[in-house]
Amino acid sequence: MSGEFRELWVYLSASPLLGLTLTLLAYQAAHALYLKLGSHPLANPVALAVALIVALLTLTGTPYGVYFDGAQFVHFLLGPATVALAVPLHAQLPRLKQLFGPSMLALLAGSVVSVLSVWWIAQALGAEPRTLLSLAPKSVTTPIAMGISEKIGGLPSLTAILVILTGIVGAVIGPALLKATGTRDPAVTGFAIGMSAHGIGTARAFQLGETAGAFSALAMGLNGVVTAIVVPLIARWLS
Amino acid sequence: MLASLTLLLVLQLIGEVLVQWLGLPVPGPVVGMALLFAALMVRGETPAPLRETANTLLQHLSLLFVPAGAGIMVHAGLLTREWLPTLTAVVLSCAITLLVTAAVLRLGARGR
Repeated sequence: MSGEFRELWVYLSASPLLGLTLTLLAYQAAHALYLKLGSHPLANPVALAVALIVALLTLTGTPYGVYFDGAQFVHFLLGPATVALAVPLHAQLPRLKQLFGPSMLALLAGSVVSVLSVWWIAQALGAEPRTLLSLAPKSVTTPIAMGISEKIGGLPSLTAILVILTGIVGAVIGPALLKATGTRDPAVTGFAIGMSAHGIGTARAFQLGETAGAFSALAMGLNGVVTAIVVPLIARWLS
Repeated sequence: MLASLTLLLVLQLIGEVLVQWLGLPVPGPVVGMALLFAALMVRGETPAPLRETANTLLQHLSLLFVPAGAGIMVHAGLLTREWLPTLTAVVLSCAITLLVTAAVLRLGARGR
């Protein structure tokens, strides 16, 4: 870097403007690329934007903390966005009433199985306790997962990465796996994808159809609440 | 927009206070979400401005994960060390969760 540019960079990185603007620019570039690649689940905009930012920070030798000073203004909105999930959830009320009992059973089973299976498999393969705590809420939407992780002593930023990874995995394998095992009802397909792969899975489920998408969104919202209660209990029991 | 955003923040704040005060096992925003859901049940419908604000926020939900996601650079060491157990656990557990959820819902929904 030339001397003048370095001076400018040092000046800019001292204010929140840089981290905030970088986040918005990287996301919009990533989203444009995602659309260009035909909304392929593997071209997840979050993963692309993160890769872009990490590359830039690494190249300029900027520590994550300096970037986050600005990016925290975007990060902060996860709280109100989580509260706002009540709105689409409420919009699904008639469908929920129809399948209320079975949905509740599937919700509880899916939530418990998700936490126990990821914990036991990772533990058997030698993962550290803090990684296990960060993995436990991997199937729920990031704002909720990060809150849970923080609460039980995991690393919220690591959880965010594992949640995004889980979402991509679920979106890629979900539809094919369910079809192969004989699931034909779009409500069931959507619900299972939302349970295991939260928002990224829900985006995929909407591509399968309106019913699958709606039930995926519903499962995602409900799983957030149930997992927030289930994970701390299971973590206390397993730790 | 402003009133709806204020409402969301107030509900989040009440959620945080309740969690601290009662020692609840869930994050504050989740309690806020439950409170808003209950309020919408009582009211029976979502006011248009609130629906608009919620949609705007949720439309760009992916963006909100980016700052935390970039934290991967802090955990690069840990992930390099533990990529095999982590990746295996995520893929297998995701498949198991898909199958169990679908099986339970299919059994329960039979005949409805």
